[in-house]
Amino acid sequence: MSMTSQSTHLQAVPDNYQPAPSVDQLPAHIHIENLTLNIGEQTIFESLSLPIYEKRINTLIGPSGCGKSSLLNCITRLSDYNNSKLSGTITLDGHNLLDNKTDLIKLRRKVGMIFQKPLPFPMSIRKNFALPLKEHGITHSSDIEQKMEKSLRAVGLWKEVHDRLDDRADKLSGGQQQRLCIARVLSLEPEVILMDEPCSSLDPIATGIIEELIVSLKEKYTIFLVTHNLAQAKRIADFVAFMWYHDNHGKLIEHNHADIIFNLPTNPITAAYVQGLTE
Amino acid sequence: MNNIPGNSSMPDLLLKISSWLCGLLIISFFSYLLVDIILNGFIRIDWAFFTDSPINAGREGGIAPMLMSTLLILLLCLLIALPIGIASAIYLAEYTSEKQWFSRFVRRSLNIIAGVPSIVMGLFGYAFFVIALKLGFSILSGALTLACMVLPLLIRSIEDSLRMIPQSYRLNAHALGLSQWRTIFRILLPMASQGILLAVILSIGRAMAETAALLYTSGYVTRMPESVFDSGRSLSVHIFDLSMNVPGGEQSAYASALTLIILLLIINSMTVMFSRLIKKGSIS
Repeated sequence: MSMTSQSTHLQAVPDNYQPAPSVDQLPAHIHIENLTLNIGEQTIFESLSLPIYEKRINTLIGPSGCGKSSLLNCITRLSDYNNSKLSGTITLDGHNLLDNKTDLIKLRRKVGMIFQKPLPFPMSIRKNFALPLKEHGITHSSDIEQKMEKSLRAVGLWKEVHDRLDDRADKLSGGQQQRLCIARVLSLEPEVILMDEPCSSLDPIATGIIEELIVSLKEKYTIFLVTHNLAQAKRIADFVAFMWYHDNHGKLIEHNHADIIFNLPTNPITAAYVQGLTE
Repeated sequence: MNNIPGNSSMPDLLLKISSWLCGLLIISFFSYLLVDIILNGFIRIDWAFFTDSPINAGREGGIAPMLMSTLLILLLCLLIALPIGIASAIYLAEYTSEKQWFSRFVRRSLNIIAGVPSIVMGLFGYAFFVIALKLGFSILSGALTLACMVLPLLIRSIEDSLRMIPQSYRLNAHALGLSQWRTIFRILLPMASQGILLAVILSIGRAMAETAALLYTSGYVTRMPESVFDSGRSLSVHIFDLSMNVPGGEQSAYASALTLIILLLIINSMTVMFSRLIKKGSIS
């Protein structure tokens, strides 16, 4: 898929534009094709197509309310819970996730989700791990302990909490809670991690820690990150997709390598947005 | 006082005084009731009052069988109402929206049941449990009738405490691949446990004070009940009978009323203590 086809009907491609050569050759982990989302009477976004590249930080930027979070919810089918109508396909490992036969529990193990506001369950740290692990068939307490320790180490939280695993997880600080939530997702050994503005409720120091963590995670996982923090996208993104309103609903306007989006965007709306001229 | 200091004017002052007076009114009403019952009932109370059977239609002797009947009726009532209540509340809060016709119908029915006068509920219990199901005048009939009466309260409060849990907990649970079953039983219900406990206590209070519905269903035999199929007189029915049908039974009625009020107060303070404990310790 090329970005030219998406943007032509919005804006003519400038003469000096050189398409980025390597985008199409990268293996895409998830293919979103022609996706339209309606909630009730309202169209949230329309005919959206986007590849999500394997073991890269794919980011999605755009103004609030243009459907970024809704798109994430479609991938894990959390959209099922709010009366959504979806058309199009989302393909992961050759399987259309929007198919009725999709095993949602397996899908959500493969595709983890981190929310804007970290939300450990109001129980001990240990139980926060045991509960999802048990759901996915890991019942031996030694297995649970081992997976918990491994993922807590991966997010750099082990040293801080190893002596109080039976304390309530919702009593940790905001940054620790978010790392715990990431660890909780990692313990299920996902392939893809979706993140919905994971730092927006955190202070700058905690944000820095999480950003470093995200960069380290792309070695093993495909990351799809929604953010409206442009500086953050600039710092860590490999690819950037830009969404904007068009006829009262969200539309994907441009998708490319991060440095191209930030330095040589095709679409003037993108150019204005990344320079912080519109919001 | 933790009021925010504001500009005080004449109307403000009037509002302050009149609302204070209303508060005073409530306190004095409660105090009058309590003092009257304590003054008249206390002399009649000793340990034997709680352990003996009534003599001479309750003028003398104790209230042991009534305490036992009350306890059995309450336990059985909760045993019946609580599972139905929790299950219906889960259905209403987690499986339907407020707009669907079936849940609207369930809600409407609950409101109507809640508004049925207890005397009518008693007649229903008599016609259905006592006669049609052939359970006779029994503790079981009484408990079933009371269960019908407390269900609306129970379901509504449990549903409310489930709905108070932010939607994001459900999304987080589903995003981790948790099944609806685990989400409800391991996350939502423990989080709602305080509300459920409160609902149970409110229901116990309601059921313990209920008289009219029990007159027709559990009867007023003053014997110690031997099983739930025996007729048994609850404390509230005992108070009613002593004050209306037994000349010279007033003092026993006062003493029984005092016992009932003390029991209600104990249950009330248990709720407060318990919810504090839950708040302090970890849930689940």
